[in-house]
Amino acid sequence: MNEATETAAAADPAAGLKEKVVVRDLDFYYGQNRALKKVTLSLYQGKVTAFIGPSGCGKSTLLRVLNRMYDLYPGQRAVGEVLFDGENILDPGLDLNLLRSRVGMVFQKPTPFPMSIYDNIAFGIRLYERLPRSELDDRVESALRRSALWGEVSDKLRANGLSLSGGQQQRLCIARTVAIRPEVILFDEPCSALDPISTAKIEELIDELSGDYTIAIVTHNMQQAARVSQYTAFMYLGEMVEFDQTGAVFTAPRDRRTQDYVTGRFG
Amino acid sequence: MVEHTVRSYDKELETLERRIAEMGGIAEKMVVDAMDALSQADVQLAHQVVATDPRLDALQREIEEQAILTIARRQPMAVDLREIIGAIRVAGDLERVGDLAKNISKRSVKIGIEARVPRAIVGLRHMNEVATEQMKDVLDAYAQRDVELARAVWERDAELDALEDSVFRDLLTHMMEDPRNISFCAHLLFCSKNIERIGDHATNIAETVFYLVTGSTLPAERPKGRHDYDIDAATDSTGNPAA
Repeated sequence: MNEATETAAAADPAAGLKEKVVVRDLDFYYGQNRALKKVTLSLYQGKVTAFIGPSGCGKSTLLRVLNRMYDLYPGQRAVGEVLFDGENILDPGLDLNLLRSRVGMVFQKPTPFPMSIYDNIAFGIRLYERLPRSELDDRVESALRRSALWGEVSDKLRANGLSLSGGQQQRLCIARTVAIRPEVILFDEPCSALDPISTAKIEELIDELSGDYTIAIVTHNMQQAARVSQYTAFMYLGEMVEFDQTGAVFTAPRDRRTQDYVTGRFG
Repeated sequence: MVEHTVRSYDKELETLERRIAEMGGIAEKMVVDAMDALSQADVQLAHQVVATDPRLDALQREIEEQAILTIARRQPMAVDLREIIGAIRVAGDLERVGDLAKNISKRSVKIGIEARVPRAIVGLRHMNEVATEQMKDVLDAYAQRDVELARAVWERDAELDALEDSVFRDLLTHMMEDPRNISFCAHLLFCSKNIERIGDHATNIAETVFYLVTGSTLPAERPKGRHDYDIDAATDSTGNPAA
């Protein structure tokens, strides 16, 4: 009776959830520089996982491994296992185009293509599928609706994507990602260039998309991590310091370094 | 603990803690004084206890306002969040302790010098000593973030519950012995309830300290010191208190 009750933090955080992506003992090198050290964590299906940590802790690097972005650069390599539905995506023989159609990514700065709003979205779809015009129209519309942008752009689909505001451009990029029906969406600081209202819209969107998609988000804004995610991973100097349910990480973190970071005591 | 990068944040948290310490000191003294006033029929001291209470109320309000401001401005996380929530809770408990001590003092004034039965107060004094000790320990536990001390306070509340039972029987005996004792003893019954509640607030604070330090909570069920009290069972068929 005198034993302290376990907090939610200590209970198995993943009970009954499917692991969509399993990262196991992942090391990452930029040339000689080891940026990730034996990182292990899981992304749960239909959940939002936030990666937090000070600059240079490896959180963006980790995100970039999840769709093998680093392959574009010579001298960068990953060692370990990243299992996507049980298949190791670090396998050199893997079809990268297929992987990237299953793992979409949204970047810090909105990156619409210099073409019409419609084509921004149709472009990605055309890479993977040949669709009749009417079906393509439907896909574009549904992606825009899914990204809460349809109401603002339905009457100007031929306008240039770059003519939109920053927040709209970011939602356009999300629509572009959603249009090819990925299973996992990676967000790399999606709101750092946006005003608070646009930020709130993106957060609402992430909320909306979770459930249907497995989401990982890198953010410098701890409150944002606390707001949008169900799981939080705190990284420091390339190590995974703490990975737990978001509520636990922000109310009663287990590791001293996590505590210092989330409370703003990091020296 | 390492300081915040933003140092004014530390200052805000320190202010909260200082005010809680001040509240604790005042509440503790009120509890001691209230009992002294009662047992020594010291009306002046009783008035003094009553007059102290507004200061406690004002401090509680200040703590709440400061806590709300800090939450709004800093969006506290983890241990900071627990500190601030803890401060709000402890301030609430201490404010109630002050009210209960004030109530004892008011009764003490009301009883005045009418037929007092000094030996009826003995049990009450003992209860109050335990309650005061509990208050002192739990405030130390809060100040030092001492989880084990907090847990000890939490477990010892059973003792106070048991004492309340025995005071109840005792006062019942006095009332049955001489009906002229009834008014006085009825007041004392309320006082014993107040003291028992002061103990409960000490227990609440102990739970808060535990949460504040560890991030987890003590079990919902506390050790019990009392048998479920059945009023009928308190006296036997001859009208005498049951053993």
